[in-house]
Amino acid sequence: METRLFVLQRMSAMFLAPLVIVHLVLILYAVRGGLTADEILARTQGSIGWTLFYGVFVLAASVHAPIGVRNVLREWTSWRGHSLDVAMLVLATALMASGLRAVWAVVA
Amino acid sequence: MSNESNHLQVSIWRGKSEGRLVAYEVPARANQTVLDVVTWVQRHREPSLAYRFACRVGMCGSCAMTVNGRPRWTCRTHVRKVAEDGCLIVEPLRNLPRIKDLVCDMTPFFEKWQRAGGRFKGNAGRGDPIPRLDPSSPQRRAADAAIECINCAVCYSACDTVAWNPDYLGPAALNRAWTLVNDTRHVEQGRILDTIGEAGGCHDCHTHGSCVEYCPVELNPTASIAGLKRRTVRRLFATGDA
Repeated sequence: METRLFVLQRMSAMFLAPLVIVHLVLILYAVRGGLTADEILARTQGSIGWTLFYGVFVLAASVHAPIGVRNVLREWTSWRGHSLDVAMLVLATALMASGLRAVWAVVA
Repeated sequence: MSNESNHLQVSIWRGKSEGRLVAYEVPARANQTVLDVVTWVQRHREPSLAYRFACRVGMCGSCAMTVNGRPRWTCRTHVRKVAEDGCLIVEPLRNLPRIKDLVCDMTPFFEKWQRAGGRFKGNAGRGDPIPRLDPSSPQRRAADAAIECINCAVCYSACDTVAWNPDYLGPAALNRAWTLVNDTRHVEQGRILDTIGEAGGCHDCHTHGSCVEYCPVELNPTASIAGLKRRTVRRLFATGDA
């Protein structure tokens, strides 16, 4: 399983790296003249491009983050085994659900 | 190298996991290894001082200790290169249980060597012809680059991942596994990849590179571990076995 997780974390990182850069540049660009909810929603609502962008972002982050947190917990605590894997699966599901809900809220 | 009286100030760990550094004054010589210093202390000041050595020429890998905070093979470490203001602090290796003074219990180190599949297993009998190996083949060159390990455990002691993850096999065991994965005569490559692809295996390495930094025979276990990572990933995509 470790090899699968290793591959999944690196593949999700390959998606995340460019997405994070675009996201950060977008933040700098979007706040240059102040920031309002109307301005954000005007850009995102009904946009297939931003739906795909942040949809993929959320999916990649939901895969990437729990694997990293699992590694940290295994190294820095004595938590191992099935219970840790289940907890990380719950974390992944929570990240995905809350993230996709947030995407839906700004694009629908 | 030495203080005004031409002596070294040497502090040596006495005890087990509980213990203390004891200071000794040792005559400084023009050519002197750390092992010479420890031996002088045992022969002239502290007959009960426990430490290990055998060959004294950098072959057996038994004299590794922590010298001024860094793991080193003491028989080939010249005092003038490591002493700071004429001072030496000599302690046992890190990441291994302490037995007495400078002697560590090497059992976990060699158990992990075995757990990683480090024992060669061929399928040729005495009557079979000696297998021909092409020394210029990529696999043999990869094995040769990693094969001169002397089992001194310096890399194991230097590795932070070993320090915080007791399940981690460590650089030496994984380096050995890499040589066998590249040995065409070895018949249990699959078993090695099964083991080192699991928890405690090659994917736990953080690529800090301490093993490369401190390996006394200048091997590159980090590169070997990176090779194992690639090999396990390739096998996953090719066969679905992780």
